[in-house]
Amino acid sequence: MVKKRVLVACGTSIATATVAASAVADMAKSAGIDVEVAQCKAAEIHGKIQTFSPHVIIAMTPVPSDLGVPVFNGVPFLSGIGLDQLKSDLVEALKKD
Amino acid sequence: MGWTSPALIEPWLQAADSSQVIRALGGLLLDQGYVRDTFIQAVLDREKVFATGLPTPVIQVAIPHADVEHVLQSAIAVASLRHPVEFGEMGNPEGTVQARIVFMLAVKESDSLVSLLQNLVGIFQDADFLKRILESQDRTTIAELFNARLPSFQEA
Repeated sequence: MVKKRVLVACGTSIATATVAASAVADMAKSAGIDVEVAQCKAAEIHGKIQTFSPHVIIAMTPVPSDLGVPVFNGVPFLSGIGLDQLKSDLVEALKKD
Repeated sequence: MGWTSPALIEPWLQAADSSQVIRALGGLLLDQGYVRDTFIQAVLDREKVFATGLPTPVIQVAIPHADVEHVLQSAIAVASLRHPVEFGEMGNPEGTVQARIVFMLAVKESDSLVSLLQNLVGIFQDADFLKRILESQDRTTIAELFNARLPSFQEA
């Protein structure tokens, strides 16, 4: 399976994205999925889609809905609420070709 | 060195809205010399665009913060709220949370913020721990409870 690219977008500080990015990497590893994770600020998301070409986006803050890439709300990585659902949705999305 | 100290704790704060909480906690950080005088406004501005309320189990929290350039030395100020205060929900423009505890993060280096946040996530999901914070009115007790749960850090 090809390496899947995951883009994590946050507000301005990058910190929440880093926490989510590390959680995604752990999750993918235990699901046996090879991922490359990148981070950006929400304001940079259009450019980052061009250069990184992510398979999925994990957003810690609202992002436009017309990005052409599946977007998941990543706040459960911080709050714990809905985390199991998010993980199973993400694994499913990442296992698609 | 610990992340917080008794001078950065505000137990049972009475606040009408999230701005009052941010000003109270930002004032503690400013008085203790942890942040620049631009910090409070930066947090208020950021909170409007990127809300930081987290819909955690049982006891909801918020983690207002600002960019590193407003910070002089890393620290966390903590308020437990006498009455819940509404914060916008992170990642959901329609949502709000009723925060009972607010952690204001003043972090100088993003590396230390990551390990800090990872530990905070564990605290947010530990309702029993949060209840102990809410029940105490003693600044020293609360600061010690927190520091015991957070990793120590070295300022560069």
